Amino acid sequence: MNKEKLLERGFLLVALSSISILALIAFFIFEEGLPLIWKVGLETFLLGDRWFPSKGSFGIFPMIVGSFWVTLGALVVGVPLGLACAIFLCELTPTKVGMVLRPMIQLLAAIPSVIYGFWGLIVLVPLIRNHLGGPGLSILAGSFVLGIMILPTIISISEDSLRALPRIYKEGALSLGATHWQTIWRVLLPAARSGIVASVILGMGRALGETMAMIMILGNAAQMPHSILSSARTLTTNIGIEMGYASGDHRAALFATGVVLFFIIMGLNSLAMVISRKGRT
Amino acid sequence: MRISRHFTQEIARAVIWAASFSTLAVMFWILYQVLREGLPLLHLSFFVEGPREMGRAGGISSTIIGTLALTVVAIVIATPLGVGTAIFLREYTREGRVSRIIRFGTDCLAGVPSIIFGLFGFVFFVIFLGMGWSILSGGLTLAAMILPTIICTTEEAVKSIPYSFREVSYGLGGTRWQTIRKVVLPNAFPGILTGVLLGVGRSVGETAAVILTAGSSFLMPDSLFSPIRTMAVHFYILAREGISMEMAYATGAGLIILILIINTVANWLLFRYVHKG
Amino acid sequence: MEDHFKIAIRDFEFYYGSVMALKGLNLSIRPNQIFAVLGPARSGKTTLLKSLNRLTDLIFGTNHKGQMFIDGQEIYGENVSLPELRRKVGMVFDLPTALPLSIFDNIAYGPRLKGIRERNRLEKIVSESLQAAVLWEEVKDRLQSSALRLSGGQQQRLCIARMLALEPEIIMLDEPCSGLDPISTASIERSLMTLKEKYTILLVPHNIQQASRVADRVGFFLGGEMIEEGSSDQIFTRPANKKTEDYISGRFG
Repeated sequence: MNKEKLLERGFLLVALSSISILALIAFFIFEEGLPLIWKVGLETFLLGDRWFPSKGSFGIFPMIVGSFWVTLGALVVGVPLGLACAIFLCELTPTKVGMVLRPMIQLLAAIPSVIYGFWGLIVLVPLIRNHLGGPGLSILAGSFVLGIMILPTIISISEDSLRALPRIYKEGALSLGATHWQTIWRVLLPAARSGIVASVILGMGRALGETMAMIMILGNAAQMPHSILSSARTLTTNIGIEMGYASGDHRAALFATGVVLFFIIMGLNSLAMVISRKGRT
Repeated sequence: MRISRHFTQEIARAVIWAASFSTLAVMFWILYQVLREGLPLLHLSFFVEGPREMGRAGGISSTIIGTLALTVVAIVIATPLGVGTAIFLREYTREGRVSRIIRFGTDCLAGVPSIIFGLFGFVFFVIFLGMGWSILSGGLTLAAMILPTIICTTEEAVKSIPYSFREVSYGLGGTRWQTIRKVVLPNAFPGILTGVLLGVGRSVGETAAVILTAGSSFLMPDSLFSPIRTMAVHFYILAREGISMEMAYATGAGLIILILIINTVANWLLFRYVHKG
Repeated sequence: MEDHFKIAIRDFEFYYGSVMALKGLNLSIRPNQIFAVLGPARSGKTTLLKSLNRLTDLIFGTNHKGQMFIDGQEIYGENVSLPELRRKVGMVFDLPTALPLSIFDNIAYGPRLKGIRERNRLEKIVSESLQAAVLWEEVKDRLQSSALRLSGGQQQRLCIARMLALEPEIIMLDEPCSGLDPISTASIERSLMTLKEKYTILLVPHNIQQASRVADRVGFFLGGEMIEEGSSDQIFTRPANKKTEDYISGRFG
């Protein structure tokens, strides 16, 4: 009896590891980054557009804007294509084909981001530079590659949502004389709306968190981007590029960037959790 | 002029086909590109020699060891923690406050971006615990990253074990721990293995967190406290610093092959044993 | 006072959450007889069985009032060892539940949990249990093969053997023959007649006919209450309660 109680306590302790790690992460990131935000001032930090670490200027607004545009671009690329593929897998192909394609998409999700970044660097960047001008290392390139990277997320979750719909929705619509496409567009997609939205939000989270591929193709100019052909930095690449040699206040500023990123992503993920839970009832 | 709905359907269908096709095509193109250039360069010597001239020549042996070491540390730490958490959630409690907190923590952890893990690993393992840039720091950071995956897949596997198995075991006089050890864990094993493999795949491909915690030395490590470079990090450095495109292609190809193997096995296991077709 | 009854149940009530599944139960069962727990679905029959070996403890949110005694000992008492209780009061469920192991390992599962390790002893236990369950002849040459390959009737007898391997004192069978062909059913019923010489048996019969074939005493349950209890003879020919009579004669079921 004693042994059993001991084991139960032991398992409880182990089970608390994930929440403990999360708490540790939050604690240390905040501990390193918050003092600098207080020092510089929240408004200056978030809205200042001058990032000159050597001079003590720490404004991350260009990075926020960069993250915003790149993520938006990624969604513009990823959501329509992802939805199309989800519809394709769910409605337009026989099950056997789906059984082959789905694992393949999972496989593609496992490819490291540095490979995608590499491809972007070798193929996409020169393409943009030669045909559209600018340095090639641009928000456009980043959006496109990021869009492709979030595709598996959007495809698999949207497709699951579509699949989970009761058959009656589709059969009912069809038996009322709707065409297949009308059924998809007017009945199935709206019904799977919460799952699809959740997938988009998760895709957004992934896009916002991406670092390596973006370092390789965004160009990393720490200035306000003025077009999609401009070079830019995101919150993540800001950290990734300079962490190697930063010290003192500079390093603290990078942690502070991490704090901002942490809040944004946690907010997004909570939103996704809430939405997908609401949709399930 | 009213467009007939059948016409709309044909257009829609064509658009979806085109979109899906081109999407998949681009994704495969990306892999193809790297493999085409890189595969021919993969000789045995590539895997056995270490990098020379900053990576311009030679092979990737030290990075292979680095990748292996880091992955092993991550798995050794994360698996007991992950399996234990899943067992606790499914065998020791019912849905209530404690399990909600645990799940919240796990879900959130799963959403933390790798660069944040890198920052955390740096300040906690490298600096605070004084481990320096090392296999240990990197491995522990990776363990935290793959923990949610292992918890999730193990839970799925445990969930799929019929309640009757447990009832039989208890009915025959088994204690909770005996039932877990003799019925739950053996039957959940394929699912656990899948989670482990998925975690391995993640560790192999991870770059941001690894650079910040394991350093980027391309020398052979001599202890758990040595800094190392993984294949993914090596690939990144070669490509970004423009050191050698050839070597980059080769390393990239090796990386892709490794990941493909790992994930195919994991997916197969998942299909065969956990979801039961 | 409770001593000469194998099982004594006093004012027992059982709840799943706020739903009452058994109420006001008073029942005494002597050793070495077959007691049939008769009644339509949802009468509390399975609950009665599972509360006797406290398998109901596995379900969250259950509680009880009253007492259950086995050999004069309160089974819901303070220091009762659940593993020991469950070894003493064995149970066979309504669906064959062979574990995904070999036949040998299935039967040896219980003894191994108890700590028995020596191969010889286990082999002896396995062969004796399989013989007692009338399965030995059919499987003696393939003890190492997977138990899942056995037919439904064979698996059910495997479950009986598995339970017997622990040398229980009380055996509970919850519709053990549901889904089985008549031949397997007959063979299980035959074994029950032999088993009652050594054990006290509680049986939830598949139908009234089965009860009348094998039971010594019968308790009729309806809606969680025991309406009537008596010898098999008496219940089936001269039931005292109208509801019992209605059920026996098939007016509802």
